[in-house]
Amino acid sequence: MAHIQLKNITKNFGSHTALKGLDFEIRDGEFFVLLGETGAGKTTTLRLIAGLEKPDQGQILIDGVDVADWGAAERDVALVLQQYSLYPRFTVRENLEFPLKPKIRRVPDAEIKERVDRVAKTLRIEHLLDRKTDKLSGGEMQRVSIGRAIVRKPRVFLMDEPLSALDAKLREALRTELKNLQMNLGATFLFVTHDQIEAMSMGDRIGILNNGNLVQTGTPNDIYNNPKNTFVARSVGSPPMNLLEGSLRDGRAIVAPMNFELPYAGTHNAGAGADGRPIIFGIRPEDLYLESGAPVEARVHDVENHGVEKIVTLSAGDTMVRATVPARTELAIDEAVRFAWNQDKVMLFDRASGVSLRHVGPFEARSASTSE
Amino acid sequence: MTQIELRRVQKYFGPIQVIKDLNLVVEDNEFIVLLGQSGCGKTTTLRAIAGLETIDEGDILIDGQPVQHLKAADRDIAMVFQSFSLYPHMTVFENIAFPLRATRMNRSDLDSQVREIAKVLRIVHMLDKRPSALSGGDMQRVAIGRALVRRPKALLMDEPIGALDAILLEEMRAEIKRLHMRQGSTTIYVTHDQVEAMALADRIVIMHEGVLQQVGTPSEVYAYPANLFVAQFVGSPVMNVAAASVTQAGSGASVRVDGADEGFAFPPELLSRLEAKRGVSGQLSLGIRPEGVLIAHEAGEGFMPVEAHIIEPLGSFDIVDLTVGSQFLRARTRSGFVGKAGDRVFARIDPRQAHFFDNVSGESLGVRL
Repeated sequence: MAHIQLKNITKNFGSHTALKGLDFEIRDGEFFVLLGETGAGKTTTLRLIAGLEKPDQGQILIDGVDVADWGAAERDVALVLQQYSLYPRFTVRENLEFPLKPKIRRVPDAEIKERVDRVAKTLRIEHLLDRKTDKLSGGEMQRVSIGRAIVRKPRVFLMDEPLSALDAKLREALRTELKNLQMNLGATFLFVTHDQIEAMSMGDRIGILNNGNLVQTGTPNDIYNNPKNTFVARSVGSPPMNLLEGSLRDGRAIVAPMNFELPYAGTHNAGAGADGRPIIFGIRPEDLYLESGAPVEARVHDVENHGVEKIVTLSAGDTMVRATVPARTELAIDEAVRFAWNQDKVMLFDRASGVSLRHVGPFEARSASTSE
Repeated sequence: MTQIELRRVQKYFGPIQVIKDLNLVVEDNEFIVLLGQSGCGKTTTLRAIAGLETIDEGDILIDGQPVQHLKAADRDIAMVFQSFSLYPHMTVFENIAFPLRATRMNRSDLDSQVREIAKVLRIVHMLDKRPSALSGGDMQRVAIGRALVRRPKALLMDEPIGALDAILLEEMRAEIKRLHMRQGSTTIYVTHDQVEAMALADRIVIMHEGVLQQVGTPSEVYAYPANLFVAQFVGSPVMNVAAASVTQAGSGASVRVDGADEGFAFPPELLSRLEAKRGVSGQLSLGIRPEGVLIAHEAGEGFMPVEAHIIEPLGSFDIVDLTVGSQFLRARTRSGFVGKAGDRVFARIDPRQAHFFDNVSGESLGVRL
């Protein structure tokens, strides 16, 4: 159990700045996910907390104590990586016992056995205990790796893309298992991934990293429904949010001049003086709908069947938009259709900065005063 | 016009049989996707059609003519792999033109054919560049261009976009499909990714351990999976499968998931349908996709009380794990419909979306209400 705080962390590798003034906290017992592309600084953040790297600037606090001078071992964190680093010639039981058998501070044998058995039961690997690890499947190996992390009851779990090497079905199963495990242990988890589905489905809160900057932190719902800028808007949701350039005029959205117009009455959301201002309209695929009398004409560019629904790519003028439609909708490629959007769900972003107009208006002042 | 047919094809690697009695007809102009996990035999099948792999028994026919004894070069089939295998010292133009050099085509014909295919693939402006200057997506476009330029009888692709990042991958998916529509060549495409298969295929061929499991359109394999393997391989999140017993309850039928106190209500004809298909109670499994598990806040006809466990918010919808007896059923709900883990809600199974499987054989009983 631990509370972690990063204060103004900067980390350089040579002339490259990997992290720029990173500020966030992970609450005790929280499942916190850092989401970002390769090179965003996720793994560096994790290694800094683990004590495997030192920051050039800023402080890391664990339970309120500055751990700058603590080595990796003293920080008492457990690391689970994408590559399972198990001892291949050991059995599963021996692998699980290993962290409990340091040269100093021996744990009594009876306690080792009890802890290993309990962990094996939690992870449903009891039947594998006597097997050599090189005889296991990928999912089983990852469970053993997690088991080896849990068995010594660390203060914090740090996980670096632990599910990325597994196939889709297994990843889905382990996602719930990990979340379940974290809830049962009440442990603090920092989970790093590039996969937005993992971030959304497991995180109590998500931090979005872009190029060493933390762009936004919030619950999955916050991030999805109230993204701070177009970068965050495109980071979560599949298919991603449609972003359309245009401007507002007299209660209408003029999308990429000469292409199409849609009604937009929600000026409350834009603030005063939004008329005529260069804007990016954000609309999620589930908030576009096809209807015979709808205002915009488009052609079906592509239809993908996803079983439960279909994803349609429409071309309108020289703009492409994506819409999700019920699975029973029958559409042919190049068919002419008409579409509209759900006005209440349209988000407005400033075209120059990409920042959501909700976040630059009074909203920002409100959220700043209520933030922890 | 190209039809490809496999008849009773068997293939061994040493003592291991990697293709078991495979029968398949690929129609002219069809886009077929071979789908399965690594090691299921899909790539071996593709390579056998291309002539890069021999077969031990059976026939491979192209337009009715057996070709299993022909060399790869004589089958007139083009192949695209995940690794781009372009010539680094040649320009894009020279790479695409390469297969035509051997045909001794005259210069202006060659030039116009290369430009035509480049136009289709939207790489005309890159013709003078070398492959090293291209992005991954563009390199794969060039590789596809090189495969198509000599107008082969069929195009075979082995995970051609598996190495691309997510956004590019979606873009290329649409492009490959449109290209297929325009060129109209018989295409066989191999992937392990069910989303890709569903998105691209006219028909999907699902393989597992060398054995063909099912052939059907994306909607067919999703809505009518032939067995448990297909049911749980296609679709995300995975279909719920739970051992269940079916009994008569009043004027209807009741399907009780193992470990649960009560059963889900089903219409009475379930009993007779199961009987007709020789479903043996006690060795049945209920299969239901997350969208077929319906949730309500109030008790209602056919709904039973359940506890919500983990909630996965995915933005446009939530996946909620419900504890039913000793099992979990995952339900797809409107986002935010269930407030938090531990909440009591009421659940029902949509009988029209329920599947029944034989536990022993894993086969679907074909009972749909």
